[in-house]
Amino acid sequence: MSTVIGVVVFPGTNCEMDAVEAVDGLGGTGRLLWHGDDDLSGVDAVIVPGGFAHGDYLRPGAIARFSPAMEAVARFATAGGPVVGICNGFQVLTEAGLLPGALQKNSGLKFLCRPATVRVETTNSSLTGSASVGAELSIPINHFEGNYTCDERTLEQLRDEDRIVLRYVGNPNGSIDDIAGVCNEARNVVGLMPHPERACNELLGSTDGSVLIRSLLEAAA
Amino acid sequence: MQFSVLVDIRLRGGISDPAGATVERALPVLGYEGIVGVTVGKTIRFTIEAADAEAARVAAAELTESFLTNPVIEDADLTVEPISPESDT
Repeated sequence: MSTVIGVVVFPGTNCEMDAVEAVDGLGGTGRLLWHGDDDLSGVDAVIVPGGFAHGDYLRPGAIARFSPAMEAVARFATAGGPVVGICNGFQVLTEAGLLPGALQKNSGLKFLCRPATVRVETTNSSLTGSASVGAELSIPINHFEGNYTCDERTLEQLRDEDRIVLRYVGNPNGSIDDIAGVCNEARNVVGLMPHPERACNELLGSTDGSVLIRSLLEAAA
Repeated sequence: MQFSVLVDIRLRGGISDPAGATVERALPVLGYEGIVGVTVGKTIRFTIEAADAEAARVAAAELTESFLTNPVIEDADLTVEPISPESDT
């Protein structure tokens, strides 16, 4: 049986099928998980996908993190299960305290929707195990609040512990230290603003996201 | 007793405020000179039922800390005022 990756759906999520398609296309099985269910149905890994969960009212991710599904995701993550938050999912994971820092408005105050180049900074995470350090990937970004920020002490810690997973080449949004993705201390929870699930098919202009989704499938197997 | 609560939320010092900076940059163009330190935040108002003003403040502060703000990037000031006519505080 193939590796099953659960994709959490909140009201306002809009990238869930992109994630399922990408997982399925790489030989896994994507399965949608409803935010109201306190049960991950035995999946091997979880993607918290992009969109505007609960309309992003108050702050992106602020309301979504109280969902029953997020309690289950937190338990799964604590037990070592691979969890990846993409875009709005990254915002949800920071709000839930599963990842450090926060995402604020882009420094240019523009909604950005275009390909970005990111560099793989570590292969020691559930999203980059099959990638190579230094590899530059073309992956689309699609966000207004993707400007990663954290306090100095947290930044030092992220650097010292090799927890900056991806950095932008040509910082599009003002993120501190060009950060595009980070992981937790145990390295099983990763958040990133770019959308690797939208770069897994030639038709979409890039397949550079495949190595990341494949890494997640391998981490989950 | 009922209390009206005003939560005044702003970005913490050191966190960049692109919205405030953009407004500030626009001011001279519009003829407004000598204005600095523009910040853009948000306010949230609600009514809360509590035994007294202190209890209302404690409950509102807990709500503000846990949900209404993200303490990583935001600070907030609370204003709590009684709205019940029988109030003596």
